[in-house]
Amino acid sequence: MRPTAPLILITAATALAAGTLTACGGGSGGDPDTVKVAYNRSTDNKIRFKDAHLEAAKKQFEKDHPGKKIKLIPIQAPDNDYATKAQQMMRSPKTAPDLVYEDTFRINSDIKAGYLKPLDTYLPKWDQWGQFVGTAKAAARAEDGRTYGIPDGTDTRGLWFNKAIFAKAGLPADWQPKNWAEILDAARTVRKKVPGAIPLNVYTGKGPGEAAVMQGFEMLLYGTGEDPLYDPSAKKWVAAGKGFQDSLDFVRTVYSEKLGPDVSDALDPNVGTRVATEWFPEGRLAISLDGSWMGQNWVNKGPKEWPDWSRELAQTPMPTQNGQAPGKVSMSGGWAWSIPQKSRNPDLAFDFIKTLQTKENATQWCVVAAQIAVRKDVAAEAEYLKSMPGIDFFTGLVQYTHYRPALPVYPQVSTAIGEAMEKVTTGDASAAEAAKAYNDQLKTIVDGAVVTK
Amino acid sequence: MSSRSKGLWRWVPIAPATVLLLLFLAGPIGYCVWIAFTDTRLTGASGSDFVGLDNFRRAFADDDFRNAVWLTLVFTVVSAVLGQNTLGLALAGLMRAASRPVRTITGTLVITAWVLPEIVAAFLLYTFFRREGTLNALLDWLHLPSQNWLFTLPILAVSFANVWRGTAFSMLIYSAALAEIPRDITEAAEVDGASGPSRVWHITLPMIRRSIGTNLMLNTLSTLSVFGLIWAMTRGGPGNRSQTLPVFMYDQAFLKSLIGYGTAVALLLLLVGSLFSIVYLRLMKVEV
Repeated sequence: MRPTAPLILITAATALAAGTLTACGGGSGGDPDTVKVAYNRSTDNKIRFKDAHLEAAKKQFEKDHPGKKIKLIPIQAPDNDYATKAQQMMRSPKTAPDLVYEDTFRINSDIKAGYLKPLDTYLPKWDQWGQFVGTAKAAARAEDGRTYGIPDGTDTRGLWFNKAIFAKAGLPADWQPKNWAEILDAARTVRKKVPGAIPLNVYTGKGPGEAAVMQGFEMLLYGTGEDPLYDPSAKKWVAAGKGFQDSLDFVRTVYSEKLGPDVSDALDPNVGTRVATEWFPEGRLAISLDGSWMGQNWVNKGPKEWPDWSRELAQTPMPTQNGQAPGKVSMSGGWAWSIPQKSRNPDLAFDFIKTLQTKENATQWCVVAAQIAVRKDVAAEAEYLKSMPGIDFFTGLVQYTHYRPALPVYPQVSTAIGEAMEKVTTGDASAAEAAKAYNDQLKTIVDGAVVTK
Repeated sequence: MSSRSKGLWRWVPIAPATVLLLLFLAGPIGYCVWIAFTDTRLTGASGSDFVGLDNFRRAFADDDFRNAVWLTLVFTVVSAVLGQNTLGLALAGLMRAASRPVRTITGTLVITAWVLPEIVAAFLLYTFFRREGTLNALLDWLHLPSQNWLFTLPILAVSFANVWRGTAFSMLIYSAALAEIPRDITEAAEVDGASGPSRVWHITLPMIRRSIGTNLMLNTLSTLSVFGLIWAMTRGGPGNRSQTLPVFMYDQAFLKSLIGYGTAVALLLLLVGSLFSIVYLRLMKVEV
């Protein structure tokens, strides 16, 4: 080999790394008659209701706007990877879509990065905006007071349980745990009396990403006290204290006592799909800390047809740590449609939002996607209220619900929480050690703006 | 025409290539190096500032980074230096002695593993190592204890996967090298009464020394940058027990949105690569 060869190799490797990191990509510029719509397609190939809904809206739009076209850009990826991809697309005018579907907890970071366009010039002229409830309007409002996205639904979370397994274990069919200890006790009973069943699923670790952090950890953490993550009055993040450690300890208990799924399954990024399409329908899972949308997996055209689900499963609210007031806890999120700053056709893109948010389409969306409605008119629709058993239960949790601190650094804080969870789940660290590592990371992430409670 | 302008004229034919190289190779590299000295983020901040060596200081103070460096060394030594290299040499040697059909079949199998796309190989090996996988089925059949290999020994599982996938390359290089050793030298040694092992040690290995160096260097550099295989099999987990530098880099740059820091880690990865290269170059220069 010539002595220059390694140099060439190294250069080639650098170029490769540079190419990946700067994500230099081609792509056509804007066509004034086409609206490019980027959204996340489910990684489960059987779930296509979002694609179908957008396809239908596209047809309506193209009929109502002759000569204009909607180009749907589905991105099939787990949520974290989808966000990364969308952010990369929004960086350059060449690749920026005209409309992008975003989880509201990421919106503020993308606003701060200058990726999104304020919609305030459109909203006063839009007669439907008044139908949105206050919390939903606030979900995509930035610190500058301007609105950057139109939310199309929300969700709440609670405990789902299998009545047949509960009967075998001698647990009540109208189970209503008052505190964390009662949940763990029920799980221990199931483990003892119903061998082969998975007693309790709590999403955890880096693989499931935000699903683990919000559905798993924050459902616990927000049951330990007021504003446990971010202190709005001090405008500072809260360092991991007792509540944080207790929550980690709950997760550690679930996995170290083998009350949860096998650790390797729990850390699998696709664990959510397995809960919905295998463990619950096959009657192998007793309790899952899960979301209001679970039913969408089992109804018409869902990935796993399961007509009997509403008879076999029941829901109950997640209690606070020691049953302290208000006794119940839930977390809410939701997604919104936003227009990137570098979009070439913002006006036309907003017209497509209008099509998506006619009352009929909005209702249809809440029904097919098992969303909790954010519009007053939709929430009163009979079609919505009848759409899913348990929808009144989850709509009732809205009064106990919490929203995540929608601040630019939240996604990074969330990643740090996921890592802390993973450490206690694998047994690599105790709750105290993981909390300490989280504190170190938090200080770096928020540049020291931390308070101790 | 002066000799000076003659020199300039010589540049004309290669000017287009030079411009392209500068534009598409040097450009991104320069940009990359620049980013490594800034606090650029993918989201959450609109601007970026020059922060000097902060990213590098941060890396050396970061336990996860040190863990990634260590795992990268383990992964490279186990899979490239020991695994692919030795196994490739052994296969090449054995295949020279084997009959034609054996040679063809072995060759085809090994090369199939090599031409498979990385991601396909990754999923194949994922199903091999997972709890309900082939390996555990075999162990059960032999009445040996089974376990979830991707969970208990993740770094060894991905190293083995890399050996499985990359051995063909070494085998091909060594086959070619062995074929070039003149028969009469080996025969002369045989006549002089040299035993098999000492023939290998004193004649074969020194004669293919350069191929060994080349092969080690190529193996190492390609192994250092393995990402898809590990990402698909373990995502660097559980915890960070199979998080090598490329996975760590992706995690920082894209999951935590810290592009600047991720790029600095990429540059440090290059440094590790060049250190290995220097060692191998030294190795190749040693005269017998």
